Amino acid sequence: MVARKAETLAVKGQVDPMSTAPFRITRVIKETQDTFSMELAPEASGERFSFSPGQFNMLYVFGVGEVPISISSDPTGQMPLVHTTRAVGAVTQAMWKLKAGDALGIRGPYGRGWPVEQALHNDVVIVAGGIGLAPLRPVIYSILADRDRFGRVVLLYGTRTPEDMLFRKELEKWRSRFDLEIHMTVDRATGSWRGNVGVVTTLIGRSPFDHQNCVAMVCGPEIMMRFTVLELQKRGVNDDRIFISMERNMKCGIGLCGHCQLGSSFACKDGPVYSFAEIKALFTKREM
Amino acid sequence: MAVNKILPRDDFQRLISFLRTDGYQVIGPTLRQGAVVYEEIQSTSDLPEGWIDLQDGGSYRLERSETSAFFGYVVGPQSWKQFLCPPQRKLLTAEQTGKSFNVIVYDEKPIKRAFVGVRPCEIAAMAVQDKVLMEGPFVDPSYRLARQNAIIIAVNCARAGGTCFCVSMGTGPKASSGFDIALTELIDQHGHRFLVEAGSEIGIGMVTKLALGDASESDIEAGEKAIANASANMGRTLDTSGIKELLYTNFDHGRWNDAASRCLSCANCTMVCPTCFCATVDEATDLSGKCAERWRKWDSCFTVGFSYIHGGSIRTSGMSRYRQWMTHKLAYWQDQFGTSGCVGCGRCITWCPVGIDITEEARAIRHTR
Repeated sequence: MVARKAETLAVKGQVDPMSTAPFRITRVIKETQDTFSMELAPEASGERFSFSPGQFNMLYVFGVGEVPISISSDPTGQMPLVHTTRAVGAVTQAMWKLKAGDALGIRGPYGRGWPVEQALHNDVVIVAGGIGLAPLRPVIYSILADRDRFGRVVLLYGTRTPEDMLFRKELEKWRSRFDLEIHMTVDRATGSWRGNVGVVTTLIGRSPFDHQNCVAMVCGPEIMMRFTVLELQKRGVNDDRIFISMERNMKCGIGLCGHCQLGSSFACKDGPVYSFAEIKALFTKREM
Repeated sequence: MAVNKILPRDDFQRLISFLRTDGYQVIGPTLRQGAVVYEEIQSTSDLPEGWIDLQDGGSYRLERSETSAFFGYVVGPQSWKQFLCPPQRKLLTAEQTGKSFNVIVYDEKPIKRAFVGVRPCEIAAMAVQDKVLMEGPFVDPSYRLARQNAIIIAVNCARAGGTCFCVSMGTGPKASSGFDIALTELIDQHGHRFLVEAGSEIGIGMVTKLALGDASESDIEAGEKAIANASANMGRTLDTSGIKELLYTNFDHGRWNDAASRCLSCANCTMVCPTCFCATVDEATDLSGKCAERWRKWDSCFTVGFSYIHGGSIRTSGMSRYRQWMTHKLAYWQDQFGTSGCVGCGRCITWCPVGIDITEEARAIRHTR
């Protein structure tokens, strides 16, 4: 009898895709009262962590578990790998307690990110709600690294209160640039806030962009994305030029565990970024 | 390859011994707690000789048969996925080292297994799981390892069960590929014997070494007749024409609520399904907290926690979970993997405690508003 050639899992060059690599936390930045950014460096000295804007990693806290978190750093390699996380669940709360010098497990990057290539030579409209700015920040870095090849760039950012705004110093720096148009708004003004008050969708109507030659990238709570899409459609932006990032439960990040299914797609590999044209049939259906 | 041989009933032990001698763990059907289950077998006396299963929605009973067939039953609650994609598998161990940790990926040793008694619908189910777990951009290395080290001894169906609908799904009752050897059990005036067809190099090698005699034309005819009998007696049918479009345009059909009013969300259908692949990952630490293990475990889209994201679950109603499961099986799967996720084995109907019937639900969606 001809026995089939036996091989173990550790065949040459083959890494189990569920394995995780320890990264050292080099710095923790408190962004808001419940949101923090972590700068990370691989423990095994290796190449720069390369990813595309909008992709995510599976972050593992030793002894607690693993969660999908989008990457918020500069994909062009000007800064270390950064994840910006809100402490809301068991794993992210355990992560909140980690300090510089501690380690995290990382595997990734996974998923289909924002269409930066498609946005070349177009106006770019970025609409973010709350922590939704984190996965969009790499887009801004990418554009700024190659600013001449894009048209007008508009960032519209809304949060509940001024204290919930992420990356405040950076936003101030960007606001002073002439080649970025940034508008911010809050649901509820507190302290010394003198800016816009109201939902982020109110900023869309008065923003300068060419609706026929623009790409819109939207990330925030589903309800915010729904109304943002409506406003963009009102401005005449086509569905295939509107992109949104969907959140689903993910256990593996590589399309093998089934949890993140959204219609016939897997949010982990076919998303998390979708054009609105792709998912509009499912987007307004409940419990899909 | 289409040369047919004959294996007499009394020589079946030779086949088992042959595989065992060659280092294969032989897994086959055996009786356990009132059901036919798949376990390691040593000899033909472990096989469910002379037993058949009577199946219907929410009902499974074993009964003595009029014949002494080894494979008179149809399918039991288990499928081969428990060996290829086991209910629990260790992924890795992490050991704390100061402020960091070391990761030790679980290096699984291959086990050579011979699956004896694989039904044509189960071969189809393996092909479906192959697409999901080893033919996409990411591969489950444990699944591939188990799959590559498995020999498939198929047994074509001479009898259809009460919940079978493989004919509708185009997966049976005769295996056309995906096996090393396919058997058809024959019991008539010429005796108790098996028609043998080799389907691979390994199968040809086995047939040669077993030195089996050629099948006669009447043997081949008897085999075809037995399979035709199974075809003609399917317990259920499912009209698959345009089923994807049908379900995609009926997310709001009233029948989903009707099914949900009966569904217990117990997840039985997903556990017995030979193609369901959903899994979660659990973390387990030892008492010192210095050593953690990560385990992949079967999960089910029928649990509320399955779709949990911060703030709550996406699919909170039983209606949405039943709709997700059935639409995935019959429609989404086609877009995802180019095949139906259902092979027509009928297990989800038989093992549903309230007898919800996927063929009946699909029919209701097609014919009612």
